[in-house]
Amino acid sequence: MYSQGLRDSKAGDDSPELLEAFQKRIDAEEKIEPRDWMPQAYRKTLIRQISQHAHSEIVGQLPEANWVTRAPTLKRKLILLAKIQDEAGHGLYLYSAAETLGESRHKMYQDLLSGKAKYSSIFNYPTLNWADAGAVGWLVDGAAIMNQVALCRTSYGPYSRAMVRICKEESFHQRQGYDIMIKMANGTPEQKAMAQDALDRTWWPSLMMFGPSDKDSTHSNQSMKWKIKRFSNDDLRQKFIDATVPQAEYLGLTIPDKNLKYNEKTGHYDFSEIIWDELFEVIKGNGPCNQQRMDARNKAYDDGAWVREAAAAYAEKQQNNKEVA
Amino acid sequence: MKLYEVFIRAKAGLSHKHVGSVHASDAQMAMQNARDLYTRREEGESIWVVDSSQIVSSNPADKAAYFEPAEDKIYRHPSFYPFDKEVKNI
Ligand SMILES: [Fe+2]
Ligand SMILES: [Fe+2]
Repeated sequence: MYSQGLRDSKAGDDSPELLEAFQKRIDAEEKIEPRDWMPQAYRKTLIRQISQHAHSEIVGQLPEANWVTRAPTLKRKLILLAKIQDEAGHGLYLYSAAETLGESRHKMYQDLLSGKAKYSSIFNYPTLNWADAGAVGWLVDGAAIMNQVALCRTSYGPYSRAMVRICKEESFHQRQGYDIMIKMANGTPEQKAMAQDALDRTWWPSLMMFGPSDKDSTHSNQSMKWKIKRFSNDDLRQKFIDATVPQAEYLGLTIPDKNLKYNEKTGHYDFSEIIWDELFEVIKGNGPCNQQRMDARNKAYDDGAWVREAAAAYAEKQQNNKEVA
Repeated sequence: MKLYEVFIRAKAGLSHKHVGSVHASDAQMAMQNARDLYTRREEGESIWVVDSSQIVSSNPADKAAYFEPAEDKIYRHPSFYPFDKEVKNI
């Protein structure tokens, strides 16, 4: 997924000499590793971005989990379970990367559970019919891939390595989603209507996953300079649209944008102005599923308390036995 | 919960390579978590987990003192000994 709500980073109290030497390393395409010197703002920006990204992977399991027990076949159920398990894994790779910056996973996770930390707003929309499982894989994972491929070359080593692992797995997610869409779009008229309905609801939120337009994005510059981020929001969004429109045409489905049109001159698709007000409402916590998602995460954490306690008690007992022996 | 670093050998003949970390209450749980997290797609045939606090590492600040002297010991490299073309197979 991507990061949302990043504030502008300030350079802090780091000395100009150190900052300059650091920038030289970045400009030379050197990767920064955990114990290297880094500006405070670089560290803070990364912790925020990587942890938000991790939270998004974790919360991202929930919309699809809605369909596990009602998947139309056993094969689809197994595929969906495997996909959701991957997303949990992505969250863990990312928490692991963020921990190398000195932030504990416990703290990050508590910030998610308390509602203090943000995650991608796309997961605050409901999955209303089975075709949503398809549309999520195709469009949401598809948009995530655009962002994540770009992040494979990010300047912080552990983040970059986590992204490489994640990207290897994402392609399966997108393809299984598109596979569902093919089945639905070529099914009965009712099934095709479900596929169209899922596309109608998922399209605009997917485009918003790339974040605000470059002209309104205040935090991008410093992140670009430090090569945390390597492509602009608008460039990635355009790339996604260009890749996705022909896929929708192949399905025989209509993208819900009457201004969507291939532009011979630019070689890209033109599209309507994005209406951001709705997204800002969702970010503020007023989306259709914000509360439901937070409740589900908190319940899962609380219900797992006895497992954590039992594991700790067992480890302690083993340790004591060893000391006695 | 403790932090464990995870190393995976992709296949026989290769060395174990660091892939990331897991949290676990003991080594056995670390091993199981590492298996679930890092080998879902046949990425390996052997796993090492190491308590992170047990790793001793060099300090990036000592990089110059540790590694740079090699640069002025170029006589360690074969190219330091050029021969006439007549000399073959060496
Ligand atoms: Fe993911
Ligand atoms: Fe995914």
